[in-house]
Amino acid sequence: MVIVQAESFDAGAKINAFMQGRTDAGACVSFTGVVRDETQSARVAELALDHYPGFTEAALEKLVARARTQWSVGDILLIHRVGPMRPGDTIVLVAVAATHRDEAFEAARFLVDALKTDAPIWKKETAPDGSVRWIEPPAELSAQG
Amino acid sequence: MAKLLFFGRLSDAAGRASETLALPKDACTAHELLNLIKSREPALGAALDHPSVRIAVNQRLASSRDVTLSDADEIAFLPPMSGG
Repeated sequence: MVIVQAESFDAGAKINAFMQGRTDAGACVSFTGVVRDETQSARVAELALDHYPGFTEAALEKLVARARTQWSVGDILLIHRVGPMRPGDTIVLVAVAATHRDEAFEAARFLVDALKTDAPIWKKETAPDGSVRWIEPPAELSAQG
Repeated sequence: MAKLLFFGRLSDAAGRASETLALPKDACTAHELLNLIKSREPALGAALDHPSVRIAVNQRLASSRDVTLSDADEIAFLPPMSGG
């Protein structure tokens, strides 16, 4: 399931709800991305994510479908925040349920890496002094782990 | 009227995230649309026509600036993506 939302969310609660009632999955691997307060030694006061409604979700769905084709995993939950965020905010959650851990780790790793390069998302950093810069490759790709 | 959408730094360059615009003619190409924008707003036209900017028509990426546009289309200008 892919969700793109402006609202903040509790990653732990989302993982618990995702795994609730599952008896077939022996593993859940999750990744939580958090907004950092510094990128390339520049201070960040606010990070704003621009996205293309519909187009962005479709691209993320495609990545999830690719992961499910490539690895033997069960359901995948991908939540991405958009809009303005502050350091410390959760920006993305990837959770992969699988029968076995190896497949879950690999699929989660693939998705987190693929998000960095293939997600139609545009990031704008605002420094504490109010100056702004759009993040584009080959500059640092992200303000998250 | 076609709907134009600007994302990322292009929305800053345009000073707006979207606009509606009458295409210069029926079945014009993206290249012709870019020329129209350049004649009105040279700086924005140059930013949109940069080779790193991709164009999506009705949410599908176009393979080139030769893509044919029609009046009800949603035309999005996508700068290089930052990733999630």
